[in-house]
This record gives sequence, structure tokens and C-alpha cells, in this order.
Amino acid sequence: MLAKRIIPCLDVRDGKVVKGVKFEGVRDVGDPVELAEIYNRQGADEIVFYDITASYEKRGVMLDVVRETAKRVFVPLTVGGGIKTVEDIRDTLRAGADKVSVNSQAVKNPSLIKEGADIFGSQCICVGIDAKKIADNKWTVYINGGRVDMQIDLIDWVKRIEQLGAGEICLNSIDADGTKEGFDLPMLKSVCNAVNIPVIASGGAGKIKDFSEVFEKTGATAALAASLFHFGELTVGEVKEHCRSNGIAMRVK
Amino acid sequence: MIAIVDYGAGNIFSVKNALDYLELESILTSDAKEIENADAVILPGVGAFPSAMNKLSESGLTDVVKREAKNKPFLGICLGMQMLFDKSYEFEECDGLGLISGSVEKMEKPGLIIPHMGWNKLEYGVNCPILHGIGDDAYVYFVHSYAAVTDEKYLAAWVDYAGRVPAMVYDGSTVYGAQFHPEKSGDIGLKILRNFGGLIK
Repeated sequence: MLAKRIIPCLDVRDGKVVKGVKFEGVRDVGDPVELAEIYNRQGADEIVFYDITASYEKRGVMLDVVRETAKRVFVPLTVGGGIKTVEDIRDTLRAGADKVSVNSQAVKNPSLIKEGADIFGSQCICVGIDAKKIADNKWTVYINGGRVDMQIDLIDWVKRIEQLGAGEICLNSIDADGTKEGFDLPMLKSVCNAVNIPVIASGGAGKIKDFSEVFEKTGATAALAASLFHFGELTVGEVKEHCRSNGIAMRVK
Repeated sequence: MIAIVDYGAGNIFSVKNALDYLELESILTSDAKEIENADAVILPGVGAFPSAMNKLSESGLTDVVKREAKNKPFLGICLGMQMLFDKSYEFEECDGLGLISGSVEKMEKPGLIIPHMGWNKLEYGVNCPILHGIGDDAYVYFVHSYAAVTDEKYLAAWVDYAGRVPAMVYDGSTVYGAQFHPEKSGDIGLKILRNFGGLIK
């Protein structure tokens, strides 16, 4: 049986790990390669690096992080943030990433999804989405770190990206993100019902029960969290043990 | 020396990284002589079946790969595993290497999430040297939308994803194929690669 995945996310700026709270207030913490190794030892099923490096010139630093991590950590690595072109995808995969997560640029230029999937395969194209509720069971898609409302209906968008060849969706709820009150279950349910590709739940995890709940109540195949793991409030191992004891299939490390 | 066949269709660096970590000597190569001289061969691959078969052929490596697979330990990974079979129906009917009889077909069932992406638990079939000591509760990492259809006698391991999905195939001699990514399957995957390295005499 396919296990549900627990994915820690490391926000990286200029090669260092940071964490934004509701996309603001960044605080420098540490070495991403070392942290990836720690998460790996805890049983992380995948590791996501989210690059928030502002300047394009410094993007090479992120690739060095990926290159080093890929020599020491043998679980799938995803890199998101700042990926704008097919060349960026190629460079990131060649550095050792298994997947890229495209977000704002996919909204501005959806053909990037199709080109990426055609050239590198759907399996390495994850589309990251930031969405916010506008009415009951209705959400719109935001870009630029949740700052700009594109007024695109979320359900229309996920259907479109599936057609364009995306292999996976990472769905972040702007409303839930940073609240620690649990994942956005209604949003996840709607998206999981609309597509047949894997959906990663993101935003809102605060308690251990939030993880078992998202798997019990929605079709999400993975759950992602950053600060919770980053500040040591929970370990990946604790979350997986909890889910397993609630009858959810989890990889035994 | 393990030759990792570099024909422009695969996450070859991940395989190389894993072998380096295990201190198993390896070389990325598209040179037929180096493949002939190697003690073992790994055929990686991601992407679409027809394009990978074309690239292998354009690299002039199809014949040497077919021949050497019968001479020494040979491991196909992911698409490289699918290429071991007679044919695939990905986009169009396309001949494979014909090293193990069977075909590759789209995984389709109403409501089934595709790709089959994530960690799934190995269930064992026929005896397979590179799975020795892997044990129960062994989860390995998959990402694929097509799956092999082959005889039980080649099925060394399978996983349950709305039915049996071949995970490891073995011809009983030198040819091994992993649908999952051992190089991305944590300690279990590394152990499988170490076992493969151990086949070198």
C-alpha cells in the first residue's frame, strides 16, 4: 500500500535556512545541507528546499546546496522558488533535484508546465499554488508569495495544470498558513476531488493531530510543514509514529 | 567498475551519487567499450519510453546494452527497467530491449491517482539475490505512470497500488529491473545497490 508522505520544507535564502511567518519576518537559522540530513534521519519521505533568494545572480548558491545534499541524502529532493524557465528547471535537476516546484511563473506562463513536462517528464514537475478563500467553497490563486490575487478560480486552475502535464500539486492555503490551526480541509477536499494527480497539503499544521486529520478527511497524499519541524516543536518521526498508530500507512525507515 | 549508461535520459547523477556514497566504483559513460569492459551495468532512465529508446539507439548503444546484459550483472532503474521488456504502449507501440518478456502499459483505473508517486511496501515473489536481507516492511520510492505486465516467474517483488504493480523483476540470471528508484529509497535502496555491487566477482 502506498504510504502517505511527510515532507519537511526548508526555506533557504542565499544558501542559509530561514523561516517566514506568514511570508514575513525572516530569521536566519542554519545550514540547509545539515538540516536536510537531520530530517532524513528523522524519516522524512522527501525534502523540499524553497528558495527565497531575491537576486537572480545568487541563485547558483541554491544549486550548490542541492548538489551537496544530493551526495548525502538519498530521498527525493524538490526545489521551489524562483524557477522561471526551462533552463532553470534543467539546471536544478542537473544539480541533483528530483522535482521542481513552479509557482508564480506557472500562473504567468502556463506553457512552462507543459514544456517542462514534455522535456523532463511529468514526474518532476510539481506546481505550487497559494490560494485564498473568497466565498464558501471558492478560492482564488495568488502569486508572488501570496501578495497578488490573480483572480483565477482555484478549481479551474488545478484542472488546467493537470491537463498541461503537472505530476503533482503542492497546495498552500494562505488563510491557514502560519495559524497553526490545522490544514485547510475544505480547500484540500475540493482540489483532490477535481484532479487525479497527487496533492500535497501545505499551510496550517500546528499540532500532531493535524497530520492524521488531513489524511483521514481529504485525499491528500502528502503533508508538508516548515516551521513546526524547523523549530523542533515536532519531529518528522513523531508525526509519522502518530499517523501510523492511527492506521495511516507510513514508511518505516 | 559499474558502468552507468549515459544516453541523455536519466537522473544519472543520483545513481552516481549513491554508488559514490557506497564506495562502489562507477563511471558515467556513453562509450560501448567502457560498457563492455565494466563488471556490471546500470541503465537508468526517466521520461518517455519511445524517446529513451531512440536516444539509446542514436547513441549507438542498443546492441552493446542487449549483449552485455546477458554477460554481467545488469540493473535497469525506473524507465530503464521498463526498457528491459519487449514493448511499451507509451504514446505509441514501441519495441524495448526484449531482455525480459512482457510489455509496459498505462496504469489506469477510475479514480486512481497517477503518477504512482511515493513510498510503497515491497511484497516478495521469486528469489532475487539483490533483495536478500531487505526484510519485511521495506518501503521504496516510486514515481511512474506506466507499469510492466509480465509473467510471475520474473516477479521478484511487487507492491499494491490498486492491484499488483511489478517492483523488481529478475530473469533468474543477470538481468534485474527496479521500477522504484533505489538511489532515492533511503537506507533500503542503498542496501539494494550494495547487494547489486556485491554481485561483481
